Amino acid sequence: MTVLHLQGVSRTHGTGENLVHALVDADLTIEAGELVAIMGPSGSGKSTLLNLAGGLDAPTSGEVLVEGTVLASLNKKRLAALRRRSVGYVFQDYNLVPSLTAAENAALPLELDGLSAGKARKLALAALEEVGLDVKQADRFPDEISGGQAQRVAIARALIGERRLVLADEPTGALDSHTGEEVLKLLRRRCDAGAAGLLVTHDARHAGWADRVVFLRDGKIVDSSAPLAGADSLLEGAGS
Amino acid sequence: MSVKHSLLALLERGPAYGYQLRAAFESATGNTWPLNIGQVYTTLNRLERDELVEALPENDSGQRPYRITDTGRRHLAGWFASPVQAADRPRDELTIKLALAVTTPGVDVTDVIQRQRGATLRLLQEYTRLKSAEEHAELAWRLVLESMIFRAEAEIRWLDHTEAVVARAELPAPFPFAVGEPDPAEATPELNRSRTN
Repeated sequence: MTVLHLQGVSRTHGTGENLVHALVDADLTIEAGELVAIMGPSGSGKSTLLNLAGGLDAPTSGEVLVEGTVLASLNKKRLAALRRRSVGYVFQDYNLVPSLTAAENAALPLELDGLSAGKARKLALAALEEVGLDVKQADRFPDEISGGQAQRVAIARALIGERRLVLADEPTGALDSHTGEEVLKLLRRRCDAGAAGLLVTHDARHAGWADRVVFLRDGKIVDSSAPLAGADSLLEGAGS
Repeated sequence: MSVKHSLLALLERGPAYGYQLRAAFESATGNTWPLNIGQVYTTLNRLERDELVEALPENDSGQRPYRITDTGRRHLAGWFASPVQAADRPRDELTIKLALAVTTPGVDVTDVIQRQRGATLRLLQEYTRLKSAEEHAELAWRLVLESMIFRAEAEIRWLDHTEAVVARAELPAPFPFAVGEPDPAEATPELNRSRTN
C-alpha cells in the first residue's frame, strides 16, 4: 500500500532575482513497510522534501498524497487532523514538551484528538514499552532522562495510534553512535511492522538501514536506488 | 590477505586437516573471502616445506591432519606482533580511478563519484541488513562485518569530501604528453611544476 506519494513536487522561495528552487520536480513513492533515506549536501532540499511530505509546508506545484489524500485538497482543520492521525515526526532535538512527562508527551497526539486522558495514557505506556523505555521513566520529565531516552519518547509519540508515516529529520543528531544506532534499529523495526519511514540523514551509516536511498542535489533527485534484494542473495556479493 | 598466517592461526587451536581449516576460516569470516580447497592444500604443503607445520599420520577416514610446529608458533606470534604495512594492502582502484578522472578529458567526475557512492551505499545497506539479521553472530564474523561497514562508510565520506573539493577546484588542464621526448629526466620539471601549483 502506498503511504506517501510525491508527484512532480516543486517548491520555490522568493521571486525575481531572489528566486530559490528548493525542490525541483520531485517524484517519490513510499510503500508501507519501507524505510527510505534522503541524502545530499546541506542546502540540497532534504528538509524541504520532508516538510512537504508531512504537510508542514505546501508545494509551489505538484501534489503530495498521504494515504491517498491530496494534502492541498484539505482545509486547515482537516490537514491538522491528518497530520495528527497519519503522520509522525521525529526531530533532531526531540521537540518534547518540557512541562509534560514522557508518558504525557507520547499521549499528546491522542489527547489532542479527543481521546480520554486515561485511554491515552494506557496507549502511551504501551507505546513507550514498545520503544524500549523503562516503565520507571514514563513519569519523568524530558530534562530528567537521557538524550537516547528522550528520542525513544519522541519516536513513541511519532508512532502512537494508527499513524503509518514517520518522518525523521536527522533523528540521531545529538546522540552517541551506539544510542544513535538503537534509534535507527527502532525506526527499522517500526517500518518492518508496517509503517512507512522517510529519514533525512547526512550519515551514510544511518542510510545503511534504509531499503532505498534517494540523493538530492540542488533540489533535484539525482539518484535513487532500487529496493534491496532478499537477504539470501547478499552473501555472495559481499566479498567481491 | 595472508592464507598462510590464517592457517597457522587456525592450527594454533589444534591439529586439523584441509577441509576443517577451510570450514573454520569461512565461519570466522562469514564466507566473505571464500577459500578454495586447492589453495588450502598448496599453502599447507609450503608451510610443511618451511617446517612451520608438520603432517600427522593419516586417520581412519584417510585424512591427513597438520599440526603447528614451534617454528610455526614463533612465526605466527611475529605476524600478530607486527602491524599490517601499507605495501601489503592491494592498490586502491577507486583512488586511482578518481585521480585519473580529474585529469582525463571528457570525464564527468561528479558522475563517477555519484555512481560509486550509490554502489557503495548499497553495499553498506546490505552489510547493515546482514548485521541486524545476526544479532548474536560469532564475534569473529561480527568484527569482519563491522570492518566492512566502517570501510564503506569511510569511502562514502571520502567521496562526499572529494565531490566538494572537485566542485570548488578548477580542474587542472590535462597537459598532453610531449611528442618525441622519451627521456624521463625531461618530465621531472613538469611534475615539480604541477605539484607547486
